[in-house]
Amino acid sequence: MNTIVVGQLQRQFQDYIVSLYQQGYLDNQFTELRKLQDEGSPDFVAEVVSLFFDDCAKHFYEFYYRIRERPDHVDFKQVDSGVHQLKGSSSSVGARRVKNVCIAFKECCDVQNREGCLRCLQQVDYEYKMLKTKLQDLFNLEQQILQAGGTIPQVSMN
Amino acid sequence: MEKGGFSPVGLRVLVVDDDPTWLKILEKMLKKCSYEVTTCGLAREALRLLRERKDGYDIVISDVNMPDMDGFKLLEHVGLELDLPVIMMSVDGETSRVMKGVQHGACDYLLKPIRMKELKIIWQHVLRKKLQEVRDIEGCGYEGGTDWITRYDEAHFLGGGEDVSFCKKRKDFDFEKKLLLQDESDPSSSSSKKARVVWSFELHQKFVNAVNQIGCDHKAGPKKILDLMNVPWLTRENVASHLQKYRLYLSRLEKEKELKCYSGGVKSIDSSPKDAEVNSGHQSPGKSSFVFSGGIFQKATETDPKPLASASLSDPNTDVIMPPKTKKTRIGFDPPISSPAFDSLLPWNDVPEVLESKPVLYENSFLQQQPLPSQSSYVANSAPAIMEEEMKPPYETPVGGSSVNIDEFLMPQDKIPTVTIQDLDPSALSSMKLQEFSSNVTNNTEAILRSWELPESNHSASLDTDLDLSWLQGERFLANTGLQFQDYSSSPSFLSELPPHLWYGNERLPDPDEYSFMVDQGLFIS
Repeated sequence: MNTIVVGQLQRQFQDYIVSLYQQGYLDNQFTELRKLQDEGSPDFVAEVVSLFFDDCAKHFYEFYYRIRERPDHVDFKQVDSGVHQLKGSSSSVGARRVKNVCIAFKECCDVQNREGCLRCLQQVDYEYKMLKTKLQDLFNLEQQILQAGGTIPQVSMN
Repeated sequence: MEKGGFSPVGLRVLVVDDDPTWLKILEKMLKKCSYEVTTCGLAREALRLLRERKDGYDIVISDVNMPDMDGFKLLEHVGLELDLPVIMMSVDGETSRVMKGVQHGACDYLLKPIRMKELKIIWQHVLRKKLQEVRDIEGCGYEGGTDWITRYDEAHFLGGGEDVSFCKKRKDFDFEKKLLLQDESDPSSSSSKKARVVWSFELHQKFVNAVNQIGCDHKAGPKKILDLMNVPWLTRENVASHLQKYRLYLSRLEKEKELKCYSGGVKSIDSSPKDAEVNSGHQSPGKSSFVFSGGIFQKATETDPKPLASASLSDPNTDVIMPPKTKKTRIGFDPPISSPAFDSLLPWNDVPEVLESKPVLYENSFLQQQPLPSQSSYVANSAPAIMEEEMKPPYETPVGGSSVNIDEFLMPQDKIPTVTIQDLDPSALSSMKLQEFSSNVTNNTEAILRSWELPESNHSASLDTDLDLSWLQGERFLANTGLQFQDYSSSPSFLSELPPHLWYGNERLPDPDEYSFMVDQGLFIS
């Protein structure tokens, strides 16, 4: 094991994850998720995150259908219900930005603002893609550390 | 787990959440607490699991927003039928929602994201409940029954902020623990693992009659009720705990009546295609809300050839039947309707007279009850008391102007041989095999389908076809009896492709799932 390489990677990892927190991509819940990961479930975080992204995709599909394909028949209650669910699942992984857009999205539903909903949908889609990319980078870093023989640092955010 | 005492380790937790992410996380967290975890993505599946193994779980944790059933309704069912502690969860922490949870009998309300420390202490709810049962048996909770009732009423009417099941102070815990740990071989001692009483329709009817006889609920104590009921094997403790729930239920109805049927359960029914996928990981796919409702009746173990409702009625072990009020005249029997139904709520004065002979009424209404989002989600499914309303047409103010004619209810039942859609094989259903079916029921269905105004005619055509198919398919299983109801989906897959808002409650169309089920039961009246 090349300790220098491992050290570098670990620092890189640490900086990266801290930046994600600082930029608001992630919140404390992500930290809790990482704590749940153990020898028994070494890929726990990745699995959960993957479930979340799948869930997002399903919701988006429905939102696009309801809001874009059927402009005259937007069932805001249904959309709101879906946004509520998305908000719930985003809170499960600590996807803070996604959750925040959901809050705005819900408000648009409440006032039945179709344009607003469309904007929120586009934004939440964007945030989802961004988060997905960033977390992928993070997991890649983890893999590199492990392959170099190191351990993944536990980062605690205050 | 009951050997000689209580331990948090190995606590059997049932987690119910339609969010797969949360389900996975909660499972992990609960396992870390050394609990034994079962997960479930649908409320009806949860009820099925709970009913299958009546003493198989110690506590239920459920999200408030479930696609097939409102979490509060599930909560009521679990409380009424199984008497298990239930913890509600939500990402929404609005006070009114929390209050609703408490009013429906939740022993706690957790906000998502949920922390480990919150889960680590859930065993206390289980212990508390057990101690309460012990106390009930010992009679100490009801010595001075008036006081208990007064406290309950006070707490409730002051906003329901207190969980009234916690009548014990902390300092008494040690004493109660001793009771709990009593030698179970002592015949006079109460076993902390007593069999749960299942409140059948008949039993509950006796209960309600007794309560009404006493007159004023404030004076109706468990002992009086028990004496009037004249059921030898029932204990005062059983009555007392049932009474508590009954009151909870009635109070909630009153409140909802006042609110003029605005339902908070609208979001609970998400009939998006995603549900099927989401659920596949946890149980048989399907969104039929009626599944669970059917389950309440279908617990029957006998092979009673009598019509479904009768069978469940005559079986004292049947689960509580929750006849909801339904007044959907278009379909011919009552859908859950909030305000008209509640207007006629006279719990203490009405004693249903024809109940015994018209069991099917409850099934139908109950089934149909489930998914109508624009109506109150909490109507009657959980409260036997509603039966009284059903039975008294003069009190009902149905939407169409005429209440369900009980005879109408019975007619199809008589024509169609039987019973319960139990033990339905989901794969068989999805294969949509055509079966013989009585023609008049088919005609009924088609007539009703035609009378619907579906915005998209192409959809309605296929709707007819598929509903017929599923309907026929359901018939195939009607002959099965005596088996525990299993969750299945009778909803043709295409229905999920139909934009939900077209058949969603707003247009007063029943959820296609329940519609299919109603059809299956042959309870359609044209």
